[in-house]
Amino acid sequence: MRGYVIKRLAQAAGVLWAAYTVAFLVLDYLPGDPVTAMAGAGMESGQVDPRQIAALRHEYGFDQPVLTQYTQYLGRAVRGDFGDSVATGRPVTSTLADALPQTLQLTASALLLAVVLGGGLAVAATYTTRRWLRQFLLSLPPLGVSVPTFWVGLLLVESFSFRLRWFPAFGNDGPRALVLPALTLAVPTGAQIAQVLAKSLFTALDQAYVETARAKGAGRWRVHLRHALRNASLPALTVVGLLVGQLIAGSVVVETVFSRDGLGRVTAAAVTAQDIPVVQGVVAFGALIFVTTNLVVDLVYPLLDPRIVVAAGGRASAV
Amino acid sequence: MSGSLVEDPAGTALAPARPADPVPAPPPGRRVDLRRVLRFLVRRPGLLLSAGVLVLVVLASFRPGLFTSQDPLQGVPAQNFRGPSGAHWFGTDELGRDVFSRVVHGAQLSLKATLIAVLVAFVVGGLLGVVAGFVGRWVDDVLMRCVDVLLSIPALFLSLALVTALGYGTVKVAVAVGIASVASFARVARAEVLRVRQALFVEASRSCGARWYAVLGRHVLPNAAGPVIVLATLDFGSSILAVSALSFLGYGAPPPAPEWGTLISEGRNYLANAWWLTALPGLAIAATVLSTNRVARALDGEWSRQR
Repeated sequence: MRGYVIKRLAQAAGVLWAAYTVAFLVLDYLPGDPVTAMAGAGMESGQVDPRQIAALRHEYGFDQPVLTQYTQYLGRAVRGDFGDSVATGRPVTSTLADALPQTLQLTASALLLAVVLGGGLAVAATYTTRRWLRQFLLSLPPLGVSVPTFWVGLLLVESFSFRLRWFPAFGNDGPRALVLPALTLAVPTGAQIAQVLAKSLFTALDQAYVETARAKGAGRWRVHLRHALRNASLPALTVVGLLVGQLIAGSVVVETVFSRDGLGRVTAAAVTAQDIPVVQGVVAFGALIFVTTNLVVDLVYPLLDPRIVVAAGGRASAV
Repeated sequence: MSGSLVEDPAGTALAPARPADPVPAPPPGRRVDLRRVLRFLVRRPGLLLSAGVLVLVVLASFRPGLFTSQDPLQGVPAQNFRGPSGAHWFGTDELGRDVFSRVVHGAQLSLKATLIAVLVAFVVGGLLGVVAGFVGRWVDDVLMRCVDVLLSIPALFLSLALVTALGYGTVKVAVAVGIASVASFARVARAEVLRVRQALFVEASRSCGARWYAVLGRHVLPNAAGPVIVLATLDFGSSILAVSALSFLGYGAPPPAPEWGTLISEGRNYLANAWWLTALPGLAIAATVLSTNRVARALDGEWSRQR
């Protein structure tokens, strides 16, 4: 087990390094010249002082060979230093760290909502014996993945803030302001969870062990939850691991719609200002979240399903 | 073939003498029975409706004049903020422009962007996957590690990074969205090529001395294409969403252009007094995406399962 953990950690570090490299290549090496973009970012007109450009070039090390730049940047990034924001001059790391709690609050509540709503929908759709109800419930998830998130958010604002005045339309203060954004963010995620879980629940209910449990006299509800759901939740867990990164990224849109402060709005502002160090930091952070959640999911897997044996130094594998 | 023999025991009794000719015309594999297609569609009104919506959207993007005669860019300022009515189906906006006409004309921009995005993902991802699957060994390892890395960055963040580097505009946004979904195409294409490569007919063709490009072009690619095409139809829906999200954030075509995401982001300013400016263009996006997803589901085995 320890060997497995160490190997997975090394893999995670490798992926992180590569993701940072991708961000570096895309942002510092693609057509647009970052320095001209940076110097132009704060200016009204397109006119940029050439001396200012030279100074900036030197400051950011762009007058040096790419490989030297890359090793310098990487060396600093490993220590958690992604440079300073071009737009505000503050260190990227603290900019992101300040914005993070709000976004974590939002994504955590959205994830919780998504799991509860999506899971509940899947269980209800597989449990009911009424054909029309099942058809109706199963038609909801495809709808949920097809609607634009920002549109859902705006419709919620329009009906629950402007008409009914139940929740504030924007801002960060208090749990009441969290309800609508979290619900908006939960719609596509919950729909995907429901799709996967319903499918694997239907498969699980066809298995022999379900019949055995029924034959032994277990109630329908008990069979459904204790036997089928427990086995069916594993594929859904994998999906949740993948969805967390998507939720964090989704905060860009949702926080813009609801004018909430957080990582998403920092990102949107950085893209608008072509604030390259901040965007780099965000990309690296997104990869970090993805790698961490998948690591956690992989480590939790064997605890939930004892059939999955972790060989020392090897991958998790089913027997 | 074997099915027809089982159904006809009398025929099999006579069979040994004249093996092939008496079988009453087994349907050739590729011919599609029109009656069956119709029955398939009639039993699925949702699918029929989805296909109809897609036809309308495609028509709107090529011939917007068929649907509306009003100018999408020129409004009548005296008639601003009119709610939906017979004259203006989707109402009018702050400058008195007809919103329905803007949505219809916007279909062209949004569809173009989506098409570019899917094409980029299909070509680049498919190429990576085919090369990785067909060449194998270290090339496969290297390419697939790169794909893993692309997958580890949330798609929207990757698109945003690309937009930062490339700049704004419909085409650039489309390319950014396309590159963000390269990884999934590469994975599916590689898996399919690997599956087909091990098939007996490929081995047979190789052992007959066929060149590698002949094996690839005649046997591997045609048989591996199906799932990748299904993925492309699915990706069409998610690309519409991604493109409209990026143009909602303001990175798409500059304001007067009626791109779908831009329309909603403009309408957002008048949410309190003119709900139709956001609700109805969003409905157009949702209907289009829902339809493409429904058609993708039909392509993904529903047809072959029902026989």
